[in-house]
Amino acid sequence: MSKKVLMKGNEAIAEASIRAGLAGYFGYPITPQNEFTSYMSYHMPAKGRAFVQAESEVAAINMVYGAAATGCRVMTSSSSPGIALMQEAISYMCGAEVPAVIVNIMRGGPGLGNIGPSQGDYNQATRGGGNGDYKMIVYAPSTVQEAVDLTYNAFDVADKYKIPVFILGDGALGQMAEPVLLPEEKPEMKGDQGWGLSGAKGRDPRAVMSLRLAEGELRKHNWDLVSKFEKITEAETKYELTDTDYDVLIAAFGTSARVAKTAIRQLKEQGIKAALFRPITICPFPYAALAEAAKKAKKVLVAEMNTGQMLFDVKVAVEGAVPVEFMGCPGGESFSPEEITAKIKEMQG
Amino acid sequence: MSIVFQKPESLTEKTTIFCPGCSHGIIHRLVGEALDELELRETAVGVAPVGCAVLLYEYFRTDIVEAPHGRAPALATGIKRVRPDLTVFSYQGDGDLASIGMGEIMHAANRGEMITVIFVNNANYGMTGGQMAPTTLPGQRTTTTPTGRDCAAHGSPFRMAEIMGALEPVVYSARVSAATPAKIMKAKRAIKKAFQNQKDKKGFSFVEVLSTCPTNWGMTPLDAVQFVEKDMEAYYPLGVFKDADGGDK
Ligand SMILES: Cc1ncc(C[n+]2csc(CCOP(=O)(O)OP(=O)(O)O)c2C)c(N)n1
Ligand code: SF4
Ligand SMILES: [Mg+2]
Repeated sequence: MSKKVLMKGNEAIAEASIRAGLAGYFGYPITPQNEFTSYMSYHMPAKGRAFVQAESEVAAINMVYGAAATGCRVMTSSSSPGIALMQEAISYMCGAEVPAVIVNIMRGGPGLGNIGPSQGDYNQATRGGGNGDYKMIVYAPSTVQEAVDLTYNAFDVADKYKIPVFILGDGALGQMAEPVLLPEEKPEMKGDQGWGLSGAKGRDPRAVMSLRLAEGELRKHNWDLVSKFEKITEAETKYELTDTDYDVLIAAFGTSARVAKTAIRQLKEQGIKAALFRPITICPFPYAALAEAAKKAKKVLVAEMNTGQMLFDVKVAVEGAVPVEFMGCPGGESFSPEEITAKIKEMQG
Repeated sequence: MSIVFQKPESLTEKTTIFCPGCSHGIIHRLVGEALDELELRETAVGVAPVGCAVLLYEYFRTDIVEAPHGRAPALATGIKRVRPDLTVFSYQGDGDLASIGMGEIMHAANRGEMITVIFVNNANYGMTGGQMAPTTLPGQRTTTTPTGRDCAAHGSPFRMAEIMGALEPVVYSARVSAATPAKIMKAKRAIKKAFQNQKDKKGFSFVEVLSTCPTNWGMTPLDAVQFVEKDMEAYYPLGVFKDADGGDK
C-alpha cells in the first residue's frame, strides 16, 4: 500500500497524468499553473517520454492534436488566457474525434484579468468554446485528491469515447498543497489503439480530419457527435449530494463547493438544514439529479466564483419548481463560508 | 518488357481536383516518388495544410492528419516526439506556412524537429480566390492588391528558404522550381534529400517549390510557367541555402 504524500494541486495532477501512462506533454508557461509545466519538464524526460515547451498555447495544443492523432496518451495544461488561444485546435480535435486531456487552472478574466482563482471559464468549457457544434467532457474537482483521481481516470474516458476531456480547476486548487494518495503507475500508452496514425504498413491508410465535404456528411457527423454525447451523459455524469434532509440546497462546483461545505457545517450548528449539490461533471451537467434534489428544497442557492454561469444550467434543471438565488464572486476572488451563511439566512428572511 | 513509368505506390488512384497547369499535382507526385524510392511509405504520416492541398489524404496512400490553417509544423512536432519511428512530413502553401503559420514553422525549424517540410510557394492564396500572400511579388496584382503589391504598405515578400537556412539547427534548406522538366528533376532530388535526412536521423529539412497558380493569376498554364521562370525565379533564387552535409550548392 502506498501512503499519502503532500503535494501541490498542479504537481499532483501532473503526477497522476504520468501514472496514467502519459506519452507526451506539450505546454506553455502561465500562472497559476506553472508548477505543472515545470514538473513535466523534469519527470517526462526522466522517463524517456516527450516533453516540449511550445512557443505558444496555439502550438502546444496543435502538438497535442498531432500526437493524439497517433493514438498515444497526451495532454496539455494552461490557464484561462492560454485556454482561450487553444480553442481552434480543440474544435478540430472534437471534429476529428481524437482523445486528450486538457487541464485549465482558471484565473480571473476577461482579458489578462488577474492571477487569482476564478470560475469564469465555465461557459467556455461547457459550451464547446471553439467554432461549430460540439461538447467535451468537463470534470470540476474540488480537492487535490479528487483532481488526482478524476485526471487519472480522464485518460481512459477520453480514449473510450475519442474525445478531449477537460479538468477544470482554479488557481486555489492548483496552488494548494494537500495530502494525496497517488494511483498505481501504468506503463506508457504508446499504441495506435486500432485507429491512430502509425504508418500504413499492411493496412489501408488512415486519415484523421474534421473536413467533411460530401453532401450530408457533416450533417450526419454532427448528429453522430450528439448521439455519442448522449451515451456519455448516461454513463459518465457525476455529482455529489451531501444530505437527504434539507431546506436549502446550495449548488456549487470546484472551489466554491468546498467553501459551501464549510458554510453548511456552520449552518447546521445554527439549526439550519442545508445541503450541497455538487456537479462533478459540469458537462454533461447532472440536470436530472439536480431537478430531483431541488424538489426537496424550499430554495436553491447557486454560489460561483463568477457573475453567474452555472446559474443558467441550474435554472434549466430546476424549471421554476423552487426559487433559485445567486451569489457570485468574480475577479479572481473567492467568498468566505461566512458570506454564504449570511446569504442563506437572508434568503430565509 | 520492363516498366519505365508508373504511378508511385505512395499515391492513390484518385483524380486530383487541381486546376489545369497547377503545380500541386506535380509536387504530390515528387513526394510520392521520394517516399517510394526511400521505402518510407509504410512509416509515413503526412500533415495536410488548409489550402488547395487540404485533400492530401485523398491522394496519398499514407496516414494523414489534417491541421488547422498554418499549424502543420506543430502537429508534425507532436507526432514525431511521441513516435520518432514514423516518417513525418508537412505539405504547406505559402499563406499557410509563411503567414498564419509563421510562428509554428520558425519554432519547429529552430528546435531542429526531425521532420520534412514541403513548402509550395505560388505567390498567392490559391484556395480562397487569389488574395495577396506573404510571398506575392512586388507589384503583383491579386484580389486584395488590385493595383499591385505595394511593399511600402504590405511589406516585402519573405524568402523562406533563406530564412530557414539561416537557422542554426536546420540541416537542409533548398529552393527549387516546378517550371520545366529539368527543374522538376532537380526538385525531385531536393525532396528526396529532405526525406533521406529524416531517414538518417539528421534533422529538420525544408524544400521550397516555386509553383504555378494559373487560375488565380489569370494566365494560361504556359504563361504561368513563364511567370515562375522569369518573375518568381528572379526574386526567389533557386539553390541550396543550407546543407549540413556540405553538399553541392
Ligand atoms: C483560421 C483560418 N483562417 C482562414 C481560412 C481561410 N483559408 C483557407 S485556405 C487559405 C489560404 C491558403 O493559401 P495557401 O496556403 O497559399 O495555399 P494554396 O491554396 O495557395 O495552395 C485561407 C486564408 C481558414 N480556413 N482558417
Ligand atoms: S487555385 Fe491555384 S493552387 Fe489551387 S488548384 Fe487551382 S491552380 Fe492550383
Ligand atoms: Mg499559395
